Amino acid sequence: MAALDHAAELEKAGANVSSRFGAMLFLARSYPLGAIGAVIMVGFLATALFAGAIASFDPFTINARDSLAPPGGAHMLGADFMGRDVFARIVYGARISLAVALGATLLGSLFGVSVGLMSGFIGGWFDLLVQRLIDIMQSLPLLVMALVMAASLGPSLTNTIIAIAIPLVPSVARVIRSNTLSLREMPYVEAARAVGMSELRIAVSHVLPNTLAPLIVLATAQLGSAILVESALSFLGLGVPEPHPSWGRMLSESAAEYVRTAPWLVIFPGIAISAVVFGTNLLGDAIRDMLDPRQRC
Amino acid sequence: MGAYLVRRSFLMVLTLFGMSVLIFVMLRLVPGNITDIIFDSAGFVNEKQKKKIEQQLGLDKPIVTQYANWIAGLAKGDLGYAYVSEKPAIDEILPRIPVTAKLAVLALVFSVLFGVPLGVISAVRQNTALDYCLRVVSLSGLSLPSFWLGLLILMAFVQWFGWIPIYQSDPGSLWKEIALLSIPAAAVGFRSSALLMRLTRSSMLEVLRQDYIRTARAKGASDQVVNYDHGLRNAMLPVVTIIGVEAAFLIGGLIVTETVFNIPGVARFLVEAIRWRDYPIVQNLVMFIAIVVVVVNFLVDMTYAMLDPRIRYES
Repeated sequence: MAALDHAAELEKAGANVSSRFGAMLFLARSYPLGAIGAVIMVGFLATALFAGAIASFDPFTINARDSLAPPGGAHMLGADFMGRDVFARIVYGARISLAVALGATLLGSLFGVSVGLMSGFIGGWFDLLVQRLIDIMQSLPLLVMALVMAASLGPSLTNTIIAIAIPLVPSVARVIRSNTLSLREMPYVEAARAVGMSELRIAVSHVLPNTLAPLIVLATAQLGSAILVESALSFLGLGVPEPHPSWGRMLSESAAEYVRTAPWLVIFPGIAISAVVFGTNLLGDAIRDMLDPRQRC
Repeated sequence: MGAYLVRRSFLMVLTLFGMSVLIFVMLRLVPGNITDIIFDSAGFVNEKQKKKIEQQLGLDKPIVTQYANWIAGLAKGDLGYAYVSEKPAIDEILPRIPVTAKLAVLALVFSVLFGVPLGVISAVRQNTALDYCLRVVSLSGLSLPSFWLGLLILMAFVQWFGWIPIYQSDPGSLWKEIALLSIPAAAVGFRSSALLMRLTRSSMLEVLRQDYIRTARAKGASDQVVNYDHGLRNAMLPVVTIIGVEAAFLIGGLIVTETVFNIPGVARFLVEAIRWRDYPIVQNLVMFIAIVVVVVNFLVDMTYAMLDPRIRYES
């Protein structure tokens, strides 16, 4: 919590915080792995935003003559069965991954925070009900829950985001609830109550901001798992439907048989998924160390 | 303790009941059922025949009745009939469980065998080059999608040996089967081993900071004794918990790996049944998974109490 006020601590540690760049450089030097993660994530963001400028081919154009064209030549990373450029599809696929990761994590956090905060504040039967619901949802592994959700919602980008967001809710709600319960006993909350502040206002303006640190730590971890679950769903054919260039979907089209005949269809989309998830993990670790020094190791 | 067990058992039953309602309702939220799929693939809709099939399958009854029938059947050990194969669901599910169970056990063995020792080494050699390498490896283990790892392994086999380790339904001997299954098991277990490695490392570091470790060093105990007798034994507690939880959650990785390696297990069967909207299979399989998860969680908590006498469960 105190770590949110970084400037003072940075100065103490001898960083040049007069400029924003200096502070960033200092952070990068103290968390080298985190800096690598940040660079990967910036690259990923830029790819998603400027996909049109990066890819020279259209990811949807079908071209029978280029079917299964190997890498090199006109198609840098080769072409798939329908002759679509693999590089362009990976570049545009960043948009799908980004949309799913951000969408599912934000949606999951939004629900999780509201439910957890209400559960911790209202208590009583409501809290009991929420806890039982969390138990129920956590009795299935993330992927199985998302699979069933995706199947019952039907295939579309929005539904995939929802199907991944809902299984993410319980862990957020749990963390926020336990934080709320301990924060409620804090002297400043008591003081706020003593001066006649309403419970709602206490919850929103005193408790909520203080649950932010653990929420950010959890949410960065969930970004990675959201991307992994999306790729698995799409790989199994129950995620983002055609013609969206989803990385997981590209692997399912190319799977087992292309292992022999067209390995580039298997290698490159997998590298994209792994690199981005690796980036979120590196960044997530660094953020956790920064915000929660107790867990530093 | 007795009161705790009663309360805990009650909660387990409650959770499973909730899960059964949730899965039943969710499956029926989808517009259309198996009859639509059948007629979709046939290319025409024969309303009269569709009604007849729905009647046969009990799909025309109110959803509450359908649910009651399912639960009543479950209590008697009757899981209903699979829509696709028209065989009793239990005959479809039970024969597929052993392969998946073997795969899960092998994957778990793999992850413990690699994850725990490497985590200890990483902690003991904290902030050395070796530690950094191991941390990057474990982080990459958490980043690789397990189906992609499976595909890469297949590719390596094709490249170097010219053949693919295809699972055979009758591998001959148990050893042959284990050898065949160990490859997909490694693909699944890599992720869990990475997780175990990280957890062992941080748990070990936490313990090595404790006062009793300093005392042990002060009295002149060797590094060996301090790290393994005092450190590891205390650090294993949270690791044991995660091993248990991972055992139940491996099913997620098994789903994609069984698909990649074409293994006729129960995890891949779930995906197939979901695609075909084979409700009796899906709902029973999901319940099966939920039961495994809930029971394993319970066993983990009990083990925890046994290993650490400081923990006492009160109701």
